[in-house]
Formats: sequence, structure tokens, C-alpha cells
Amino acid sequence: MSANQLTLWYLVASVCFILALKGLSSPTTARRGNLFGMVGMTIAVVTTIAVAAHGRIDLILIAMLVGGTIGAIVARRVQMTQMPELVAAMHSMVGLAAVLIAIAVVNNPVAFGEHDPLPAGNRLELFIGTFVGAITFSGSVIAFGKLAGLGKKFRLFSSAPVVFKGQHKLNLALALVMIGFGLAFFMADDKGWTPFAVMTAIAFVLGFLIIIPIGGADMPVVISMLNSYSGWAAAGIGFSLNNAMLIIAGSLVGSSGAILSYIMCKAMNRSFFSVILGGFGAAEGSAAVGGSEQKTVRSGSAEDAAFLMANAESVIIVPGYGLAVARAQHAVKEMANKLIEKGVSVRYAIHPVAGRMPGHMNVLLAEAEVPYDQVFEMDDINNEFGNTDVVLVLGANDVVNPLAHEKGSAIYGMPILEVAKARTVLVNKRSMAAGYAGLDNPLFYMDKTMMVFGDAKKVVEDIVKAID
Amino acid sequence: MSGTVDPTILNLVVFVLAVFVGYHVIWNVTPALHTPLMSVTNAISSVIIVGAILAAAPNETDFGSVLGVIAVALASINVAGGFLVTQRMLEMFKKKQAKKESGK
Repeated sequence: MSANQLTLWYLVASVCFILALKGLSSPTTARRGNLFGMVGMTIAVVTTIAVAAHGRIDLILIAMLVGGTIGAIVARRVQMTQMPELVAAMHSMVGLAAVLIAIAVVNNPVAFGEHDPLPAGNRLELFIGTFVGAITFSGSVIAFGKLAGLGKKFRLFSSAPVVFKGQHKLNLALALVMIGFGLAFFMADDKGWTPFAVMTAIAFVLGFLIIIPIGGADMPVVISMLNSYSGWAAAGIGFSLNNAMLIIAGSLVGSSGAILSYIMCKAMNRSFFSVILGGFGAAEGSAAVGGSEQKTVRSGSAEDAAFLMANAESVIIVPGYGLAVARAQHAVKEMANKLIEKGVSVRYAIHPVAGRMPGHMNVLLAEAEVPYDQVFEMDDINNEFGNTDVVLVLGANDVVNPLAHEKGSAIYGMPILEVAKARTVLVNKRSMAAGYAGLDNPLFYMDKTMMVFGDAKKVVEDIVKAID
Repeated sequence: MSGTVDPTILNLVVFVLAVFVGYHVIWNVTPALHTPLMSVTNAISSVIIVGAILAAAPNETDFGSVLGVIAVALASINVAGGFLVTQRMLEMFKKKQAKKESGK
């Protein structure tokens, strides 16, 4: 097979990747899309091995077998609540692979069909691919640690923002030094090992420093952002290898992550830069509890909640992350079934940041076999709350906080689910503690609101028992 | 104007067009499938394995080819893990629909 044929095969694979993403426009076509992705990947790997590998094909195959087995086992075992950690871990591997490849290119450009020493243009691209890859790697490791809750063992992984004085100045200085060494690598006459190594080391450190100040609540943005970086790293390597398929696949992933970051930022009413600069939750907590007057909440039992819902015509369930933490999805599904049997219309309303990563709550509900045509996105259901009898809020707080409509509040302008418009609002929480934003929630004190305190799973199970 | 186009320029052409395609395709992805989107893009970005294979390929085993082999293994974890976990999630979205249709 010639290089031309190989490139044509790469074109086929690239088209497959585009179709894979296109399939995700609807749950009915998504599985076919994923199949396209696998076909594309198979074509890319097989043709590359057939054409390019002359030497130790056995080693390559063993490495693929080992990696593939590990990947398959993890994919089968991972729990859906752990998806954010898994995705973060996978980003780190793309980043590290990009760096390893870049080192191999510097070491032996001829193996990649380049001149030795590497021409200046390729060095620039390699520099970009390497530092983005390195930042992706170390940043994702931190993100993984924060998501997996390793903060108790290592302060570095604390889900609370790790901040220190002069942090941003240090980051900026490091970034400038890194670019300086990148330029030195660019202009070096020899292989340029020293500037390349220093530049890569600084990039690793930068990745750590960029992610540690970002708090747990901002994790959906961080994972999306690292998703984007991993794509740009692949594209950067594609540039330095003159490989159009890598550039295309990398750009698709890069733009996907960028768009998801944008959607998440918008849903949290945060600018991208304020997320990156970090420290959310620490700074704004002070503005929390406003008036000191005693506000009263009405609280009821699970039986009361069951009575209200069973006698309603329409119920909307608002699941938040608290629901997933309590692993109550299956109980909720059972409750919904009982209500539907009684002729109650049951729907779910999902805020974009309901889970810990984009679309997370949808997957958690799907796992509990909630039919996806009962599940609605915020924009599709917000007009429906006005003519809904009962809303049941399970482990959500900030995303239903009416303060978002009040000028001057910390979350002013954040898009929320308009649950306050429903006739009756039931809120399940473990306690009256404030949400991530550290704000009190006027919804809890409204006359039409009834609080049902307790663990989400226990409460929902009690409701199920009480509906008859 | 004469001579051949620098490959970097051609790469840039591909890059810009691919970003445009990505932008339009991604906005069409339904928000309900954003998590599978992330896992499948993860698998797709692991096409970097192609570079890793080239790095691992030379006849003489040296420092670079060892790194290449490691990179192949890392990328393989992602390829298999990414596609399979996406499949697993999408099965969940499918199962209920089949059930619902049979229930109708």
C-alpha cells in the first residue's frame, strides 16, 4: 500500500468519526454512530500497522492487547456515577500519549517520515502539541483526584479550591518561561533536547497549577475543558506528523469540548475565565445568609408527600446530584411507575449542571431505566411548571433557587428550573445547608413549599410504600 | 506566486474546515447524550495511537520506540474503554425504548 492509499483510508476513517458524532443527535441513531466510530478506528489502526510498521509489530500488538483488555475491563466495571472520574482518567492518557509521541519524534524524526533534525515549522507544531498534551495530562490527573474524592488523603486533590497568594502571577510567569524554552527549541540547531525537556516539564507543572484552584462545583466545566485540550493535543501531533486524520479527529474533539465548556459555563452563569481563575465557593460564601429574621419552613413526612403526589394530575421530578449520591435513581423510577399507574403524568426536568459532567443526570436516569421521553431538558420544560400540580425536588438546590432572578445576588442571571411556579413544591434535602453557591434558597420558605428532610433514597422508598 | 504549498498550510486548511464541521455537528448533539459524547470523543482523540504506532515501529529498539510502545498501550486503553463505555451507556438509552414500544 502506498502513502496515497494510506491517506485515502485515513479519509474514510475521518468521515467515520464525523458520522459517529452526528449519530449522537438522537438516542435512536447514537448506537449506529458509535459503530461508525469503531469502524473508523479499526481502519486507522489496521492500515497504519500494514503500511508503516516494519519492525516490532509483535510489541505493538502486545501493547494493544494489554491496553485494550484494561480498557474493556474498566468500561464494563465502572459505575455510572463514576463516569466523570473515568473520563478525566482517559483525558490524562491521551495527554500523556501525545507527550510520549512528541518525545519519540524529537528522538528519531526519520521514523515519522520527517527530516533529521526536525525542520523549524514542525518544531513549532510539535511544541504546541507537547505542551497542550502535558497540561492535559497533569490537569486531568488533578481533576481525577478531585472527582474521585482523594482530597481526604492528599490535599492537592481537595475538592475545595487550593489557592495561594500570587498564584495567577506564578502561572503567568511559568507560561512565559515555557514559551521562551519553546522558542529556544524552535531555533535550536541540534535536536534541541534541553529546551524541549524544560518546556515539557514546565507544562506538566502548569497543568497541576491551573486545575488545583478550581473548586468541586466547577468540575463540569473542567472536564469539558480538558476534553477540549485532549483534542487540541491530538490535532497538534497531527500537524507535526502531517497527518490529516489526526488533525480532523483532534479538531472534532477540541471543538466538542469547547462547546460543552461553553454550555456548562452558561448554565452555571459563570464566565470561562472566572472558572479558570478559580476559587469559587470560597469568595462568595460571605454574601450568603442575608436577613437575620427567623424564617419558618413547613416540613412534612414522606406520607404527606405521597398523598400530595398521588392526588395530583401532573408531577415533575427535579433530580439533582444529591439523588445520585444517595443512589436513589431506581427508587425514584419505582415511585414514578406507581404514580403513572394511578394516572398521574410524571416527567423529569434536568438542569444542564444537574450532574457532575454534561449530560450526567440523563445517563443516571437511563441506567435506572427511566424512559428518555419522560426526561426533559430545562428549556423544553420550563414553561410547563406553571400548570403542574406538584414538583418534587430531590437533592437539587442552586438550580431551583429563585434568587437567580434577583439583581445583586451571587447567582443573578443563572438559568434555573422555574419550580416556584408550580402549585405545590416538595423539596427533599438532608438538612437546611446551603448549596455550592453558599446561598440561602427562598424557595424553601414559600407557603406552597413543603420540605421533606432525610436521605433521598430513604425518603423516596418511604413515599413508594405510602402510595397505594 | 510559484512553487508548492507548504504542508503546514495544507494542514491549516484541514484544521479550519474540521473545526467548522465539529462546531456544526456538536451543536446538533442532544443534551441528553452529552456524557456519551464526551466518552466517544475521548475514544476518537485516541486515534493519536496512529502516531504511537509510528513511534513504536522502527526496526532498532531504542528509547523512542519504547516510549512509542507505552503510548500504544495508553491509547489502546482509551480506544477500547471509550468505545465500550459509550456503547454501554447508549444501550441504556435504547433498552427502555424497546420496552416502551413493546408495552404500547
